[in-house]
Parts: sequence; structure tokens; C-alpha cells
Amino acid sequence: MHVAVCVKQIPDPAVPGALNDDHTLKREGKLILDESDSYGVEMALQLVDAAGGGEVTLLSMAPNGEVSGLRTALAMGAAKAILVSDPECPGTDALGTAKVLAKCVERAGGVDLLLTATESSDGYTGTVPAQVAELLDWPALTFAKHIEVADGKVTIQRQTETGYDVVQASLPAVVSVTAGVVEPRYPSFKGIMAAKNKPVDQATAADLGLSGQVGWSGARQTITNVAQAPARQAGEKIEDDGTGFEKIVGFLENLKVI
Amino acid sequence: MPLNKVWVYAEANGDKVTTATLELLTKAREIASTVEAVYAGSAGDAVATQVGEYGATTLYVIDPGKALPGQVAASALAKLVGEQSPDAVLFVQSYDGRDAMARLSVKLDRPVLTNGFTLAADAKVQFGTAVFGGTQLVDAEYTDDGVALIGVRPKSFTAEPSGGGAASVVSADTGDAGRAAEATVLEVFEEEQTGPKLEEAAVVVSGGRGIGAAENYKPLVEELAKALKGAFGASRAIVDAGWVPYALQVGQTGKTVKPKVYVALGISGATQHMVGMKNSDNIIAVNKDAEAPIFGIADLGIVGDVHKVVPALIEAIKSKS
Repeated sequence: MHVAVCVKQIPDPAVPGALNDDHTLKREGKLILDESDSYGVEMALQLVDAAGGGEVTLLSMAPNGEVSGLRTALAMGAAKAILVSDPECPGTDALGTAKVLAKCVERAGGVDLLLTATESSDGYTGTVPAQVAELLDWPALTFAKHIEVADGKVTIQRQTETGYDVVQASLPAVVSVTAGVVEPRYPSFKGIMAAKNKPVDQATAADLGLSGQVGWSGARQTITNVAQAPARQAGEKIEDDGTGFEKIVGFLENLKVI
Repeated sequence: MPLNKVWVYAEANGDKVTTATLELLTKAREIASTVEAVYAGSAGDAVATQVGEYGATTLYVIDPGKALPGQVAASALAKLVGEQSPDAVLFVQSYDGRDAMARLSVKLDRPVLTNGFTLAADAKVQFGTAVFGGTQLVDAEYTDDGVALIGVRPKSFTAEPSGGGAASVVSADTGDAGRAAEATVLEVFEEEQTGPKLEEAAVVVSGGRGIGAAENYKPLVEELAKALKGAFGASRAIVDAGWVPYALQVGQTGKTVKPKVYVALGISGATQHMVGMKNSDNIIAVNKDAEAPIFGIADLGIVGDVHKVVPALIEAIKSKS
């Protein structure tokens, strides 16, 4: 089975983010594998194992030919990657990103299953998985918390507001996985060494036939204003000396919650 | 009115329209002279009554059959948008709302503006969202004409009825949804829910990594929520760790809550979490780390061990009731 996984390389969320003059997110520094995507990578590796063979291909778009996040996922066990990196790309919106990723699926060839996170940690539109599916005319099973593949079909437990639905479709299909669905493995030393030599196929928007459909022009939207949000003031902060709970009781009583 | 016609993609749990849908209808009335709704599901008549009360005059009803509704709604929506030319279609940033918005975006080749918190209109739709954990507000608009496809986070507006009668029901043709229709719902599992829903509760108690282990969630977070007749939630860290399901996640990539009281237990306060709860009326935080960012927005902060503070708190509350 050939499983492709969309992975995003993002600025470290632990470091405060900043915007460039054109309102795109600053992505100059080292980029890391979006933690949300580590679940898809792990799931893909497990599904390939369970199927008794196959491989995992990573699909990504990032500026400046950045590969450090891809190397992390390759070290986990993915076989190869396609990276779209192009000065035309900054400003690309969700639809443009989906167009790029759908072309990457075609470029990878013979993909049975495409896994994604439900949303990236930095852009978080949450629309890319179903957009890619629509571009490919594939079914999309979104918000999966459990996945099984058998007899050319994928069956998931889809998170709902009140529980979950069991949803099925035939392959090829797109499945978006929620965080926590599996425990991502740590890359082994051997994996890290092997990842250095795994192939990363670099392409441009033009190579994919998408020139003009990415970047700000493709996004057809503009940022009209950026302002600081009003800050919330901190209230009382006390060290617990064993009676801290009484403070909370008093606070709740004042609000007539208890 | 700045806009002629705005549509809302309506969602319901069973035959009850979601509060987030009613919030969008209320806002749509403010910016458009005609508000209509589109719904994919089997409770068309019940939905028509409720969306009518909030200002929709027509309800287009799509029959998804056994397919995932958001996945097949888009092909009907694309046809309807072509015939009726609304200025904008508003979606709740929910599971099905995102599916429908995403598929429609491709069918119409229109960009989506997502995670909206504010919405206004003159000749064009003015859209506002927040970045970096809600610390910066970003306004955006389309640079071209054409239907605006907009995702809005729940709790962005207050739902207020207009007193309108039931919307007139129009059956919409699903058309050929292609392979999207193959995503078939085989079974539905309802988990037993005790207490109020996370987004609707007056009190929300959430747990983070500081509760120490998955097995501590129930006795600390769930029990305190129960004592306060509230709902329980979680930070992303413990959802990622697999301690609790994604449905409980409060934050940027989860739910937005705005309760009267929010209690954060062992949550450090990553920007990712704060964006989902910082508009709560009152915030109480308990955390061992005095430097935790959550204390920067808490009205009452207790620097202490949740394993000591919370059991004592639960006992004290129980002894009062």
C-alpha cells in the first residue's frame, strides 16, 4: 500500500510568531515538523506495516527549500518526500495549498491513501483535507480518531459533537486524523542517519502547472489591517498555603456560582 | 443594507439547530436584506421553524442520504449559488461546516476566509480574525468580486431571535457529488453525556499537562466540573497525548468557550489554548509554576499543586450544597 502524508514545516510554536511587512508569517528561521502531522506520519507507517508492505511518501510546501521538518518524518520511517518550494508561494491560501498538494499526490503516483492532520498549527483553516479530496475527486473522511484499511476500503471513527460515527469509503481516499490518534515514535539514531540520504524531490509551482494560482495573487484576498488585541488584565495571584481552595470558594460565591 | 443576500449553512444535532448556526443567522440579518439558510439532513421541517425564528426566509434542504452531509452538500450548494447568486455563504467552523466549505471552495474556485471572529459589510464583506493566540487582530477582504465563503468560530456573536415565522422549505437537488458521496455513515455512536455541553456551559473546568496523568482527569477535572454543574475541557497537550478525545479540546485548533467562569487546572497557557478561552467572563487558574502565562490573564490565580487544591475545593463545594 502506498500512503502519502501531507506534512507542514512550521516556525516553532514555542517561539513568539511575527508577521512580515506583507502580512505573511515570518518563516525565515528553522522550521520544524508540525506536531499535528506527526500523528499522520505514525498512522501511515502503522497502516503500511499492517498491509504487509508498501511505503510512505511525504508531501510538503515550504519556503527556501526547507527540509528539517521533513527529515524528522523521514527519520520516523517515511521513504521519500516531495517538497514544493518556490518564491511564488508565500501568501498562498488554503485553496492554493490544496491545489499544490493535489498535484503532489499525482506526482507521487499510485497513492492509495492520503493522510493529513485536521488542521495545521499555524494556519489552522481546517479546510485543506477536503479541498484536496475535491480536487482529486476522492472521498474525504475527516476528523478520524481510529482508522482501519481492509479489502480496498478505509473505515474510520469520525469525531462528532456527541460521540463518533463509523464512516467508510473505498480507496483511494483522503483521511484527516485528529491529534492523539496514535503515539508518534521517536526517530531512532539509525533512522536519523538513514533520513539524510532519503530522496526529496523538489518542485516549483510552475513544475506542477500552477504558476499564478499560488501566492497572494492566487489567494485573491488582502489584509486590510493588523492591530493589537486589547490585553486582559491579570487579577490576584496567591501562593497556596493549604487554604488556596478557600479563595476559590469565595470567588465562586461572589459570582453566585455556588 | 450593505448586502443583498447572505446564506448560512445550517447544522443541527438531531432536529435541534446548533447555537452557532443561530449566531450566524443573527449576524447575517445585520449585514444583508435577505437571509436564507441551506441544510443537509433529514430534519428539514424542524430546522425551517428554528432558522425562521432567527430571520431566514427560505431553507434549502439537501438530502444527503447515508453520505457524510458536509461532503455531499457542496455539490447542491454549488448549483444553488450559481442560480441564486448570494453575496456570501457563512459556515460554522465545525466538523461538517469545514467539509462543506472546503468542497464548495473547489467547486466554485473561490478562496475561503476562515476562523472569523468579526463580520461587517459595506460594498464588500469585511472579515476579521485573530492570530498568535488572539493577541493580534487581522482584518481581511477579497480583492475580487464573487461569492464570499466565510468560516466563523462559534461564540463570535450573540444569537437573538427575530420573531420570524418558519422559513419556506425548498428541496435542493444534490446533483452528482462524484466520489465525495462514497463517504458513507455506517453507524452512529452517541456517547452518554452528563451535564451541559462544553460550548454552552456557564462553568467550564479544563485540565492540562499539570494534572500529571490520564487517570487524574476524571477525579480532578470531571469531578470539579460536576460539582459546579459545568462542562469539562482540555488543553491541546493532553489531547495530543491521547488522555482525552479531541472533542474536549479548548483552543485555536479546538473549541472556543466563553463561560461565566473558566477554571484552568494545570494548564500553562500556551497561546494556542488562550485563544479559545480568554474571552471568558472570569478565569481561575491553578498551576504549580508561578511563571505560567495563564496567570497573566487569570482573575484569580492559585500557585499550587492541583492534587492538593482541587480535592479540597471539591469537598468544600459539596459540603455547601
